[in-house]
Amino acid sequence: MSREFRSGPIPGWYALLILGLFFLGPFAIMLNFSFYHKITGGLYEPAFVLENYARLMSPFFGRILLMSTGLCALASLAAVIFGFTLTYCISNMSRRGRTFWLILFVSLLSLSEVVTGFAWSMLFSRTAGLGGWLYALGIFDQPRALSPGFWALLTALTFICIPFVVLVLFPPLTRLPRDWIEAARTMGATPAKAIATVIIPTVRPALLAAFILSFIYSLGSYILPIMLGKPRHWTLSVHITDQALYQSNFPFAAALSVFLMVASLLLIALVYRLQKNFE
Amino acid sequence: MGWLRNLYLGIMFTMFVAPIVVVTGVSFNEKKQLLFPPQGFSLEWYQKAFQESSWLSAMTTSFFLAFCAALFSLSLAVPLALYCWRRLNWQSKILRGLGLLPFMLPPVVSALGFLVYWSSVGGYGQMYAAVVSHGVFLVTLPMVMLLIGLDSVDRNLIDAARMCGASRAKVYLTVIVPVLRPFLIFGFCFAFVLSFNEYIISFMLIGFTHETLPVKIFNSLRYGYTPIMAVVSTFFVLLTVGLLCAVAWFGDLPRLFGAWSSEHD
Repeated sequence: MSREFRSGPIPGWYALLILGLFFLGPFAIMLNFSFYHKITGGLYEPAFVLENYARLMSPFFGRILLMSTGLCALASLAAVIFGFTLTYCISNMSRRGRTFWLILFVSLLSLSEVVTGFAWSMLFSRTAGLGGWLYALGIFDQPRALSPGFWALLTALTFICIPFVVLVLFPPLTRLPRDWIEAARTMGATPAKAIATVIIPTVRPALLAAFILSFIYSLGSYILPIMLGKPRHWTLSVHITDQALYQSNFPFAAALSVFLMVASLLLIALVYRLQKNFE
Repeated sequence: MGWLRNLYLGIMFTMFVAPIVVVTGVSFNEKKQLLFPPQGFSLEWYQKAFQESSWLSAMTTSFFLAFCAALFSLSLAVPLALYCWRRLNWQSKILRGLGLLPFMLPPVVSALGFLVYWSSVGGYGQMYAAVVSHGVFLVTLPMVMLLIGLDSVDRNLIDAARMCGASRAKVYLTVIVPVLRPFLIFGFCFAFVLSFNEYIISFMLIGFTHETLPVKIFNSLRYGYTPIMAVVSTFFVLLTVGLLCAVAWFGDLPRLFGAWSSEHD
């Protein structure tokens, strides 16, 4: 493409203007809000105080942070293990097989969290799900609901992260030369050994990137902790919404949100570094 | 080894679809109960979901919001993608980063940003605030789609057309737009599906004035479970899978998701 065509006019300023006004603008206002002073009864006044950030040091916030990071790290770890094995199987399939699984995963990812949350709570219910089936099989002595609870939440969270992990791992795994595995096999390695010694070391940065991105993704989950967990399992996302809408504490919600944003941006920067090194 | 792999894939597939199968089953219950396997078979709840005015109005709101937001999103994605494709300067890197950012941050961060923004400048609770916010928030996928599409434009063709005296506008109309058309449609479909399913931004911005379908489902959970929620959930699954199948049918989905080797199969 010639330099002359490259430099023709494009309304890039329009996109920049809209994104600046309606995407960066909200972040600027949110940052501003996080320094406001809260007066009782849902009111606040413009100020420049650090009291909202000081609350990030409180045991209340410490518990939320521990629960959120622990839960999301466990779910992402499980999702990377299942997601990697699935992606490996899918990348060896024909084009039709790949398309089938990709449609499944893209659909699951696009599906509203309300719908997936409702569906999982049905599956864990006493009347329509596992609780009743296990009773019918004689494993439970009475039908009971499996949610809300930590394990129900962890399972559902893992299963919304797996499709995400697969889509992150799909490009690097499908681009791996297939004869590497064959070479390892001819030299006498078992398939498991070939994967462990050839594939995993090659895609290790991608696996780490998938884990971090899945961690951020699961931190964003809002409905699942409410529908499948008890209030003590609520994650940061739920508390931000709770503070903003039900406690009417915009300044503290904004401070929590700024914290979550900065943490996510640092993690994204880390992923970016990893991918640069990988290439 | 083959059977072990198939067993694993089978178990995983079951785990992915089991919740959806249960929901669909529940929607066929005869009485107002959430039982699986369903007791009796009736389509009564389907009829109710499409007759009750509160569900119908939520459906209309969702369709309207998703349609407008997807259009707005596309109108942003086109200049963004064209700019990033044609200019290779630092500004294009910033624009690309801005386009990718909404997708990477936890949605609640953007949602709270939109909430404080629209309640400060006015527009909180208004439909247009939700349309603009969704449009900006969902710009990533259409942008990425269009960038993939632009990558497949034959650059020699552009130079040839220019040398033969075609104006810029003519080059766009005859060389670039035909290649880009499917990607424009996929980008629109994707943004539509995501906006239709989006919960947290709709809830924060217009949750108390214009109920969208996901917000309506969630709100009605508090007043007790009815099979109507299962019906609407089934409807969501059908719509989402249907639109994405259409995208996959017309476009090469594995390639869209970055497996460049798929044409060798």
